[in-house]
Amino acid sequence: MKIIVAIKQVPERDARIRIDSGNKWIDLEDVEFSMNESDAYALEEALQLKEAHGGEVIVVSAGPERAGKTIREALAKGADRAIHLQSSDETELAAYDALGVARLLAASIQDEKADLVLTGLQSDDLGLGQTGVILAELLGLPHASLILKIEVAGNGLKVLRELEDGWFQHIELATPAVLTIQSGNTKLRYATLMGIKKAKTKEVRVIAVADLVASDPSLKPTAPSVVLDQVKLPHKQRSTQLLGGSPAEAAAALVEKLQFEVRVI
Amino acid sequence: MTVEAGVSVAKRVVGGSFLLEDLTPDDVFTPEDLSEEQRQVASTATSFAEEKILAQAEAIEEKDFAVTRELMRELGELGLLGVDVPEEYGGLAMDKITSAIVADNLSVSGGFSVTLGAHCTIGTMPLVWYGTHEQKAKYLPKLASGEWIAAYALSESSAGSDAMNIRTRAKLSEDGKHYVLNGEKMWISNAGFADLFTVFAKIDGEQFSAFLIERGTPGLSVGAEEHKLGIRGSSTCPLVLEDCRVPVENLLGTAGKGHHIAFNILNVGRYKLAAGTLGGMRFAFRNGVRYAKERVAFGKPIATFGLIQEKIADSAAAIYATESAVYRVVGAIDAALADLNHDSATYAQDVQKRIEEFAVECSILKVLGSEALERVADHALQIHGGYGYVEEYPAERSYRDSRINRIFEGTNEINRLIATGFMIKRAVAGTLPLMPAIKKVMDEVMAGPGERVSYDGPMAAERALLASAKKLALFTSGAASQRFGNDLGEQQEVMGALADILIETLTMESCILRAEKQRKANAPGVKLAKYYAMRAFRVIETAAERVLGAVAEGDMLRTQMTIFRRLAKHEPANAVILGREIAAAMVEAGRYRI
Ligand SMILES: Cc1cc2nc3c(=O)[nH]c(=O)nc-3n(C[C@H](O)[C@H](O)[C@H](O)COP(=O)(O)OP(=O)(O)OC[C@H]3O[C@@H](n4cnc5c(N)ncnc54)[C@H](O)[C@@H]3O)c2cc1C
Repeated sequence: MKIIVAIKQVPERDARIRIDSGNKWIDLEDVEFSMNESDAYALEEALQLKEAHGGEVIVVSAGPERAGKTIREALAKGADRAIHLQSSDETELAAYDALGVARLLAASIQDEKADLVLTGLQSDDLGLGQTGVILAELLGLPHASLILKIEVAGNGLKVLRELEDGWFQHIELATPAVLTIQSGNTKLRYATLMGIKKAKTKEVRVIAVADLVASDPSLKPTAPSVVLDQVKLPHKQRSTQLLGGSPAEAAAALVEKLQFEVRVI
Repeated sequence: MTVEAGVSVAKRVVGGSFLLEDLTPDDVFTPEDLSEEQRQVASTATSFAEEKILAQAEAIEEKDFAVTRELMRELGELGLLGVDVPEEYGGLAMDKITSAIVADNLSVSGGFSVTLGAHCTIGTMPLVWYGTHEQKAKYLPKLASGEWIAAYALSESSAGSDAMNIRTRAKLSEDGKHYVLNGEKMWISNAGFADLFTVFAKIDGEQFSAFLIERGTPGLSVGAEEHKLGIRGSSTCPLVLEDCRVPVENLLGTAGKGHHIAFNILNVGRYKLAAGTLGGMRFAFRNGVRYAKERVAFGKPIATFGLIQEKIADSAAAIYATESAVYRVVGAIDAALADLNHDSATYAQDVQKRIEEFAVECSILKVLGSEALERVADHALQIHGGYGYVEEYPAERSYRDSRINRIFEGTNEINRLIATGFMIKRAVAGTLPLMPAIKKVMDEVMAGPGERVSYDGPMAAERALLASAKKLALFTSGAASQRFGNDLGEQQEVMGALADILIETLTMESCILRAEKQRKANAPGVKLAKYYAMRAFRVIETAAERVLGAVAEGDMLRTQMTIFRRLAKHEPANAVILGREIAAAMVEAGRYRI
């Protein structure tokens, strides 16, 4: 199976976040970056599928040169090769909304004719949850979102989808398909030292965003349908909630909160 | 700055030359210079430490060695046990910085770190450096994978520091096929479950030699576990060798040359121990800081109190300083190894010779790391108040676990004597031009007050302190050798004080170079470097006074003290404000972050 995993490099979870002077984004100086969390789970699913059924895992990432670090991390974990859709600076991709980015990604992977395209559910920085779904539409493929588990069944796939309130859905779908992956269902592997050493020798095809756009003018940024108007730091607050009812009811409510709100159990 | 892996960024400096050379920031390796590959290794190690080792902290502490072995096997699978092992024997053959990163980032449990260190360093390196092809092919793949665990048995009940004085004997059997060993070993880490022991014994009571002995070899028995103050998760047992028959092909290295093995391994053991203290410090520190944020007294979090902030600042500066010194020295070692030919028949010896050149630095790191860890663990405990004294909080374990580091890999007394002793040896032998440098400083100070050099940049004041520190080091060494000549070695207190000056000079210089390398006046490291430099200079002043008091009296002493005061003259920076600023940043982060 040929699997493409779209990964995004985002600011690290406990990065020191400062709003930049324009109030439109964060100040990227001194910020450390890492692989978007749900993308890491998408990569893990892809690697497990490859281990079980053979094939190839290709990662694709759109971002400036620094995203190369996250790409090589994916290669170190076991991806076979990569496509880096490289922007010339920090702002080039900011001119695109989710539709625009998905168009670029679709254009860069179209020729691969993959059996499966995985993305994370949403990015930790913008949290739009759109790119994967739009990508499916652009590629003309069926998709399912919020996927926790993928199994090969016959000629297609059987996937487990998370619904709300502890409900799940089993879906069967044909390949090729696009799935957006939810975090947390499996253990992420560590990059082995051998993997880290070998990553250097794996192919990373760099495609400049500008070159891609030059080859297909329809990929030029259009007036985005969504713009980021202002970013600000969340207000820190502490609130206490008292769970009422009998001890058994309170315990049940607590378990539910720990499971679905805080997601620690 | 990120550089290509394997490319050495440090200048090739001569080991022991730090009193003589004035380096620029670009000459040294700093933690900020880690390559992308090295950062990935760090990330694998850190995740493993947090998710696997810490998760098993209790089982480890209770000596559930099945858990320990399983963790070792997983580490082996990831390649983390094979960093220093050649590729043809199942290892990764990576650089020494990577090896230090692994020791550093895996250290969140003192007990487990000792298991790891005993296995990877003193357990595995003798074989890597001295094994025959057959020995390496037989054992190294198993050690690198974690399938087998290694131990190193040198110490005996009556020979620890005085290791050459061991009593264990080996005798060649009549048919010439075996060595028969008799004796006992004490304090052997990993002994409770190790599969392969490197055991030192004297052939015919004279030739100091090393042997590879497999567990289960008739005549080798392992005694009961010691009940220890700390690192309880590690195994420490005596060994008894009773007519233990070891095949002749298991002699490691040359008969009678075992001391080369013992000494050369120690250099690596020392810098790796120091690297390991870093992980231990960051762990103790974060527990202390988080507690300080949450504990309320007099209506406020205790992190708002100045005397708590002072402990946080002092700890953070100690971590920064140890990081700076460890990565600088190991980076210099990598630079020294860079041009060696891996395919040369003498590669292993060449590596050891180059590392041995840095024996002074290795001893310095060992003392620095072990004492910094103890200070950080002590601060963390004190921040916890009564809760620091009970087992429910991790501060207590960090405190107990830290203590061993001053004892093994050469006690800190022995390492102080080595640091000063080796330096003097090189000066006398002329392999380091220390004598001319001492003479120059002596002439200069005797000529009376000269012009003070002024420095620029954010670290200008600390640069001036460093210049004074180097002069004080040369001046006091000169005064001490003038007074005691060849007997200086017998004056251990003076040797110890000189060692303190060496340790703090190297460390403060490492901090300054690292802070300067960040090339930003407001870089977080700048404050830590300044804070540490102040402390280092106080230690240097105290030690210098002790030396001078011991080498001179009357008019001579008065003259020397005048020189001392002139050299040490400086205006103290505001450590109170600086400390508060450092603490505020650490408290905000909830951990050591720069
Ligand atoms: C938990 C643990 C694990 C260990 N693991 C190992 C292991 O795996 N393999 C192994 O071979 N050994 C191991 N050791 C032994 C360790 O290396 C020795 O304990 C250490 O070298 C000190 O030796 P000693 O205990 O005989 O003390 P001594 O040498 O008797 O020292 C006692 C005191 O005298 C001081 N002293 C000794 N000589 C001098 C001198 N010339 N000048 C000034 N002061 C001096 C020492 O600094 C110390 O303070 C371990 C020890 C412990 C406690």
